[in-house]
Parts: sequence; C-alpha cells; structure tokens
Amino acid sequence: MSLPGTDPTGPLNDESYIQLLAPDGTRITSAEFDPWLEDIDGDRLAGLYEDMVVVRRLDQEATALQRQGELALWPPLLGQEAAQIGSGRALRKDDFVFSSYRENGVAYCRGVDLTDMIRVWRGNRPSGWDPYEINMATPQVIIGAQTLHATGYAMAAKFDGDDAVAVAYFGDGATSQGDVNEAMVFAASFQAPVLFFCQNNQWAISEPVGLQAQGKLSDRAPGFGIPSYRVDGNDVLACLAVTRKALDHARIGGGPSFIEAVTYRMGPHTTADDPTRYRDANELEDWKRRDPIDRLAALLSAEGLLDEALRQRVQQAADDAAAEMRAGCINMAEPGDLELFENVYTAPHPVLARQRQHYERYLDSFEAAEWGH
Amino acid sequence: MGIKVFKLPDLGEGLTESEIVSWHVAEGDAVQLNQILGEVETAKAVVELPSPFTGVVRTLHEGPGTTVSVGEPIVSIEVEDQGQPDDGGNASGEQMQQRQPNLVGYGAAAERNGRPARRPRRVGGAAGATSGPVAQMAATNVAALPVAQGAEPGPAAAVTDHGPAGSVGEPAPAAPAAERPRSTPPVRKLAKDLGVDLAQVRGTGERGLITRGDVQDFHDAGAAAPSGSTAPAPAGGWLAGAAGPETRIPIKGVRKLTAEAMVASAFTAPHASSFLTVDATASMELIQRLKAHKAFAGLKLTPLTITAKALCLALGRHPELNALWDQNAGEIVQQNYVNLGIAAATPRGLTVPNIKDAHRMDLRGLAEALGELAATARAGKTAPSELRGGTISITNIGVFGIDAGTPILNPGESAILAVGAVRRQPWEYRGDVALRDVVTLSLSFDHRVVDGEQAGRFLADIGSILSDPGMALTMV
Repeated sequence: MSLPGTDPTGPLNDESYIQLLAPDGTRITSAEFDPWLEDIDGDRLAGLYEDMVVVRRLDQEATALQRQGELALWPPLLGQEAAQIGSGRALRKDDFVFSSYRENGVAYCRGVDLTDMIRVWRGNRPSGWDPYEINMATPQVIIGAQTLHATGYAMAAKFDGDDAVAVAYFGDGATSQGDVNEAMVFAASFQAPVLFFCQNNQWAISEPVGLQAQGKLSDRAPGFGIPSYRVDGNDVLACLAVTRKALDHARIGGGPSFIEAVTYRMGPHTTADDPTRYRDANELEDWKRRDPIDRLAALLSAEGLLDEALRQRVQQAADDAAAEMRAGCINMAEPGDLELFENVYTAPHPVLARQRQHYERYLDSFEAAEWGH
Repeated sequence: MGIKVFKLPDLGEGLTESEIVSWHVAEGDAVQLNQILGEVETAKAVVELPSPFTGVVRTLHEGPGTTVSVGEPIVSIEVEDQGQPDDGGNASGEQMQQRQPNLVGYGAAAERNGRPARRPRRVGGAAGATSGPVAQMAATNVAALPVAQGAEPGPAAAVTDHGPAGSVGEPAPAAPAAERPRSTPPVRKLAKDLGVDLAQVRGTGERGLITRGDVQDFHDAGAAAPSGSTAPAPAGGWLAGAAGPETRIPIKGVRKLTAEAMVASAFTAPHASSFLTVDATASMELIQRLKAHKAFAGLKLTPLTITAKALCLALGRHPELNALWDQNAGEIVQQNYVNLGIAAATPRGLTVPNIKDAHRMDLRGLAEALGELAATARAGKTAPSELRGGTISITNIGVFGIDAGTPILNPGESAILAVGAVRRQPWEYRGDVALRDVVTLSLSFDHRVVDGEQAGRFLADIGSILSDPGMALTMV
C-alpha cells in the first residue's frame, strides 16, 4: 500500500500530496492528520457522502435549469465536491467565508437557501443572500479579489480579539492575480487568521495550470512566510483534516495558512464554455478514476456501511434538494422595474434619485406592453 | 392534460440563435424531467438540452440542421395536470401551469409567449441631440488637421497610375480588407476541416450568416463538380453582407476634412513626382545588427526608421525641399528645422502627426519618436499640436504592400516621400542576378518651390544611404 503523500495511480504520481483516502477507497493512515479525524465515525462518514451526492445533484440540476432557459449562466463544480465539502464541513459557524462563484458546495455547507443559491444566476437580484446570516460573503466574480476581503476581515477579527477565521476560496488561475499575492503579503505581515484555500482544478478556463505555474502552487506561499499544504482535493477526509489543522493554527494565533487542493474541474468553466475544444478527453477519463464520491462510496462499502437504506436515504435527499431548487427557481418572484435603485445607498442620494427618475421616464416612454398572440 | 412549449433558451450569455444538431426523442415518446431531448449547437458549444417537463413529446418544431432563434418553440410536450407535479416539489399545480420557461435576459415577463412588442411613444424630440458627438468631434478636428496622403487606400488614393502591381510572394494585403464572412466559430471550424473557403460560400442565414448547412452544401457540391463551373459565387465575401446595390456614406468628420485638404493641396501646389528604386539589402542588414545592439533594445527598427534618418540627412544638403510657399508674403520660407510628418491610418481616419526637430535626433531618438507617434495615433490620442507645424512628410505605403505612388502634399509643405514595400527581388549584384531587398521611393514635390533637379538629387541622396548606409558619413 502506498504511503501518505503519494498517489501511485496516475499521471500525478510524480507529485506529492497529502492523501488519506486512496482512489480505490483504501484508508491511508497518517500520524500527523489522523488525530484531526477522530470524531469521524460511520455516521459522519455517511454524512460526508450524502453532502457530496446532494451537492453534485444540485449542480447538475442547476446546469439543467440553465439549459432550459431558467438560469442565465451556471458555473459547475462537478469533480470538486470533496475539496468543498471537506473544507466546508471543517468550518465553525462564526468563521467567515469569502468565495469565488464556484463554491456552491461550500455555500451548501454554510446553509444557503437553495433558491438563494441560484438567485443571481437567474438574473433576479444582484446578490443572493444576506452574508451575515450564514457568515459567507456573496460570491466574488472578480478573480481573486475575495482574498483581500478575507484578509481584511481576518485582520479585524484579530484586532477584536476574536478567534474566528476568515477563509478565502479561489482557483489556480487566481494565484496569478495581484490581489491574491497582495493578500498574502498583508496576511503574513499582520499574522492575520486567514486560510487561503486554493482549489487547483487544473484549468483557468482554457489555460492549463502548467502554463502559469512552473512549480507547485503550494510552494509559493512559503515565499510569503505562509505555511502551506498540498492535499489531494478529491479526498474528502484529507481536505477535512488539513483544513481543520490550518483553522486551528489560525485560531491559536499562528497566522495564515495556504492549502492547495489538487482536484479537477470535470465540467465546463461555465455553461457557456465548451471544454472539448481545448482539453484532451483522455484527461477527463483519468480523473474520473479519481472521482471523489466513488472513493468514499468504496470506503463505506468496505466498512459495510453503504447498505440499501443509506443509498435510498441519500438518493431521496438529493432528489428532494433538486426539486426544492427547481421549484424555487421557477417560482421566483420577478423584481420590480425600479428595485434596482433601492439598495445602492443607505441614505437618499440626489444623483441616484435623478437616475431613477430618468429610468422611470424611459420606461414610461414605451406604450403599454403588447403581448404577441 | 396540457401542452407545454419548450422555447429555445439563450444557452451562452447573449446568444441569439442555435442550430438543432440532433433529436434524441421522437414525437409520441414519453420523456422524464431532465431527460436529454437532443443537441443544439450555439456559436460557443454543442450542448445537450434536458427536458424541462415530464410528459409526452407532441411536436418537434424544427428538424436537425435548422437554425432557431432564441425564444422560438422547439418542442411541445403534453404534461399531466397534477395536484403534485413531479417537477415542482412544493409548488402548487396552478402556479406550475401558468409558468413557462422564463428566458433570462429577455424581459421580465418573457414567459408570456414572446417578447413585449415595445415601441417608442415619442419619435424625434430629444433624440435630435444625437448628432452632438459627431459635430463635436468634427469641431475639435477642424483647426488641427493637416492632411497628407497615401497612408490609406481611400478614394483619393495616390496609387492611381500604379495598380497594385502583380505582387510577388506575399499574400496581397493591398486589397481593401474585406469583412470576414459572417459565421460562427464551430462553422468556421467545420469549413477549415473540410477545406472550404468561407469567402466562397453564400450564407443563407440571417443577414448573410453562413450556416453549417451552407458549408456542408458547398463542400458537397464542390466534391461533385470540382471548382469553377456554374456556381455564381461572388468573388469575395464582400457582396454577401451588402444591403443593396450601393451604400451611401455621409461625407463628414475626418473624411470631409481630408477631402478638403486634398483638394486645396492638389489644386494649389503644382505636383510633380520622381521615383527611385534601390537595393536596400545593406540597410536591412544594418537593421538586423542594430536590433541586437543594447542601445536599441525594445525599440522598433524598420526601413521607415532608416529612411526617416536618411531624409533628415539629405535635407541638410537640400534645404529647398524643406520650404514653404507663402503666397501672401510673396516669399519662399526655408525652414531651418525639420518637423517630420508621418502619415498614419488611425481609427478616426488619416492623420499626419509630426516629430518636432527630427533633424536633431539620432537614429535611436527617431526610432523612439516613431514608436510613440504610432502608438499615440493608433490610440486616437494625437494632440492637435502634434498635427501642426510639419515641414515635410513621409507616407509608409509599404505597410500596405504597395511599391510606389504619387502622394499629395500635406498642405503647407513642399515635399512628401512615399516609402514602398521592401521586397526580395532579383536584382543586379556584383555582375550577377541575385535576390536582394529592393525598395522604391516616390517623391512628390511642389514645383513652384522645387525643381526637378533639386528633387532628383535629394531623392538620390536618400537612395544612396539606403543602399549603402555608410554614405551617411559623407553627409554630416
């Protein structure tokens, strides 16, 4: 059996990362990380499995809703379930998440209402939820900008003497952005309790990670004075254990950490993208053999936990969640014509008031809408 | 029972249409929610369409190969009226019945069978102000725009006598850049794969859009009856998008100013032209050597740079070319400095910004100044002061693959030099015929100010530097 930190199964076998669950479902022991999984009994293992299945199903439902004209766009997370559920379930309620647009699995862990999850993607509201209700900022579309927000939040938490941690989620492409590098400089300088969680899903839209990173992404952080971990991002147990360790490190005043979760975006960048144009189909086949859900199912089977009752329970949970999301999407009330102006400033603002008047006049300039047929 | 209609959604951020590639179901088939109905190809991707309803397919509105606009019906599905619809979780049956797929981005109530037919209530009125920006732009340019000639293959083109001579080798960039035939990336890919030149294909789609079917048809027809023959394909793609037999373009803005300046110059100053073709191989070799030199790191060095320097040196020996005919004063004003105008084709049209005191610059300084001038002009940020006060101009017609021309003088100047394309051509070299880098220089001059002899010597000096850069040492 392989040692922790090696994956003998595929093209990645020349790279090292922390792995506690091999692609074939074998549990790999680790003196360093097993203590962080002591509470993960059979029930909790089944819970992680259910989370990943439900999140994958929600992702597929949202993709279908886009294809049916109910959503304008959707950024699928297919293949990244372990990285998101493993890290998301490590968080404490008072920790604060600053994510990109692909972390719907993390949002699920934070308890985002399923209708709110797709609100923005339907073009219904500029943002989907109240960040303070679930301690997760609404997704940042500007690549990497959220790392600065997380660092600022963490600096404030430190000034307040709070032991909450801010977690920034971003991708491999974002690591080339100035914002991410600036955030790491500040986080290190102020020893801010922030966790940089990078999901290296191998592709920045159509650009492979090897183009912009000549070395491992996790090797960059130590240059900023930030300790880093490279973890198998398709291994939910490794993601959970390493995230817990890094969060604890921040809570006790140890400062920032950086986690590179090596995973794979099995779907398109968004529903408007066609990955078959720029990547080899064989690559997808290779990664399917490392599927995050299959390997946990294999472990559960080996432990005798994945019985028919559990299968049905998980299937039902996924179906219910998908139905709830679909109903919430289709029945979402449309915003009023002028609602756009309502939450821009807290107090009345003359320029905005004038814009609103102009827009009202513009709308009035149309005859009453005539509907065909 | 009721019929629900699945209308083609916008599948990729602002697309207007898609082509049906295939159906995976037939009329009469029972389908489940999210079951794949078929595939469509957008301009961005081939995507599978999952069914939005559970029911029985009643109508497939379009067949494979058809291009469908966003919002048009593609499939009608008969669904059970149910108190507890299986696609709606806790939604009430009535609500579900009223809801139809909402095309996000196509109006808030697009589910109601099509888009609202909005029409403006007031026509004209405040809209009269739309001429504002144009008028304003023209006004800012009026005082500032001297215009020379030759950089742009327009109506007043200088290349009249010399058609784009049977060009050798390079793909002729001389032709007016025809607009790329309208098609989508996957169709272009198909055309490339099949070896079909899209310029030859007549588009049957909206506004001449070339569809997958058009390419396939063209290819199939071509395979049956090879090349030429009956198909009346337009020579270029340029007719395909035209709306009628002619297009009328208002004369305004930079075009109008250019025209006025050309007329003023051409009918005031009697133009004469001289040509000289030289072997510029030594200059090309010099450019290669200098490019590797530290002092020129990051600078763009071209035949134009060498020519500009040669022109400044030659002007030192023939200052009469750097003069101005002052009709009012009854004087010829010889200028003892060189503000070197460079004709530039910019997004706004032709402009001739000039490099102040070019005679004081060494080759490096000129290369820098030319680079800045081009960048500024391309960005449309040339300041009025940069357009005023030129003393002589160069037009680099070589960039269009042109050899020679008879440029019209920039008003107020007495000479303009057109630099042709440097071509690898058979040329006499040390008693043999060899392939050499050959360039033609065309000089137009104001015959009131300059005689043929002076122009000829001036041109010969420039040519001698281009063919042997060492000659520059004899002129400083």
